[in-house]
Amino acid sequence: MVTKTFTVITNEGLHARPATLLVSESSKYKSNIFIEYNEKQVSAKSILGVMSLGIHPRSNFSIKIDGVDEEKAIEGIEDLLNKERIAE
Amino acid sequence: MTRVIKGIAASEGYAFAKAYRLIHPNLTVIERSIEQEELEIERFHTSLNKVRLDLEKIKKKVVEQQGSENAGIFDAHLMILKDPELVSETEKEVKEKKVNVEVALKSVTDRFIALFEQMDNEYMRERATDIKDVRKRILAYLLDVSLPNPGLINEEVIIVTDDLTPSDTAQINKKFVRAFITNIGGPTSHSAIMARSLGIPAVVGTKKASEIINNGDYLIVDGLEGNIQINPTSDIVEKYKSLSSKFKKEKLELEIFKYKPTLTRDHVKVELGANIGSLQEIDNVINSGAEAIGLYRTEFLYMEKSKLPTEDEQFQAYKTVLEKMNGKPVVVRTLDIGGDKHLPYWDLQGEMNPFLGLRAIRLTLKERDIFRTQLRALLRASNYGKLKIMFPMVATIEEFREAKMLLKEEEHNLIEEGHTVKNDLEVGIMVEIPSTVILADHFAKEVDFFSIGTNDLIQYTFAADRMNESVSSLYQPYSPAILRLIKMVIDAAHKQGKKVGMCGEMAGDSIAIPLLIGLGLDEFSMSSSSILRARSQINKLSKADMKILVEKALTLQSYDEVQELVESEINRIFVV
Repeated sequence: MVTKTFTVITNEGLHARPATLLVSESSKYKSNIFIEYNEKQVSAKSILGVMSLGIHPRSNFSIKIDGVDEEKAIEGIEDLLNKERIAE
Repeated sequence: MTRVIKGIAASEGYAFAKAYRLIHPNLTVIERSIEQEELEIERFHTSLNKVRLDLEKIKKKVVEQQGSENAGIFDAHLMILKDPELVSETEKEVKEKKVNVEVALKSVTDRFIALFEQMDNEYMRERATDIKDVRKRILAYLLDVSLPNPGLINEEVIIVTDDLTPSDTAQINKKFVRAFITNIGGPTSHSAIMARSLGIPAVVGTKKASEIINNGDYLIVDGLEGNIQINPTSDIVEKYKSLSSKFKKEKLELEIFKYKPTLTRDHVKVELGANIGSLQEIDNVINSGAEAIGLYRTEFLYMEKSKLPTEDEQFQAYKTVLEKMNGKPVVVRTLDIGGDKHLPYWDLQGEMNPFLGLRAIRLTLKERDIFRTQLRALLRASNYGKLKIMFPMVATIEEFREAKMLLKEEEHNLIEEGHTVKNDLEVGIMVEIPSTVILADHFAKEVDFFSIGTNDLIQYTFAADRMNESVSSLYQPYSPAILRLIKMVIDAAHKQGKKVGMCGEMAGDSIAIPLLIGLGLDEFSMSSSSILRARSQINKLSKADMKILVEKALTLQSYDEVQELVESEINRIFVV
């Protein structure tokens, strides 16, 4: 199990393109990937779930990964969030 | 005989073409109890697959015909289609409630749709439409009905439909569609928004257009009045053709003014700005030819939330506006609530006379924490563009000095905390209370600018409520009384080398504009849709002549006399 917390830096929060990118990336991995925000938890592979969290700019969220490729997954996701300036 | 249908005018213009009926089948879902869940789940996955293949095919065609920007919506729909939550929740309901998959799907998607429709972000609310669109496709396969194929349209038509989905409009070859007519919907529905962005007329909410109009009927759509002529006689056609060319000509003439500066005929420059309430209006402003935002009403930031906006939330909003305006001035008015404007989560005592009560600057000077939060957000945002701050409803010089002192205190605090604040920040006041007009000479020494709020100034001057029908005739914008007050403010400001703007409705009024030019008003701020017309009008006026005109007006006794004077002058100028 791997958990990491991030802070949103993009202006629009985790809506639209950022959400789509995160879901695309998460869907590549076999492990179960969850995103937690404001005491709600959804699968990071679900676009509806991620968007429905309504994550605002400058807020914190956590990614929880459990599975065979959890190390690769957290690396890939963190890479994406940093490169696309979504969160850090 | 010509048959006429009426609806809501949702996008302006005129269109002349054949009707093309784009009807969506009835997708009503009837609950059945089922015995073999596995069969239902299999049906579900078969449909999902078929929809996926359809969407991929449509996307390919759209990319070929129109390029890839319009295809983004299909990627979004494909993503929704394979959403693991959507699939697993639907399967779960089939198994647990033992119902047919149509019902399970509807129930699961309804929950998501409700969630999205309640969100405080417009983009998210629109995503509910995407879910409905994808659901329609899945249900169509499950119910074995066919959906219309708008990609087939290959000649000039006017689309007549119950309602358009986003994937419908994405597939339509734009060069063939002349107008939209829908049964349901209003000015903010998807079809209306699409029509406006395509620049074609639309009439929505007709209730029964798709039942009355047949394929091939020749139609005239009037997107200004919101009506439709079906198989019109030749004199009706002629009438509308001439209305249409007049409309197009005027629009073209105005387009020329979009990026031009605002100059009078004798080359005097003034600034035209837009009044806005929310961030969503910014794109319109940029497109409207505005040279500034003369009034950013911050109340909406407070009204669209269920609690007070935080400093960070406000900072983001102000920063966004400043950045989008790209260096053009943005005048932000600090919180102007109280009176008739309330916040549901802030319990303000009811007052006998709210218009004369604790509101605007009076309220924020009392509730200093709330004021300081806003001031801090503004100061932090100042680094991102050309910000000007103004205080509403200032009645005494002490109020201005107090507000300015709080601003300076927060500036000092922010700098101590390590922030930077722009040092050319202009601070001014709204002039809407008569006492301030009368002492304008004193204020002019201390403020950086004035902005005349005529809506309230006129009400306070005549002691009449413009919304009260029994006295609303006393709301007299071009009364000599008001003109003299405006002159007082402008003269006092100019004596101190300061500028005066106006952000009330009067600034965009075509009878007032000649007078305001004559009085020497420097900035006119109005709703974005009036800007080009105002610029075109100012272009035809000479300030020197308007000075003479307004001097005459100032000697008159009544509103009616002024109106007559200006109207005859306008007729003279524009007939030439």
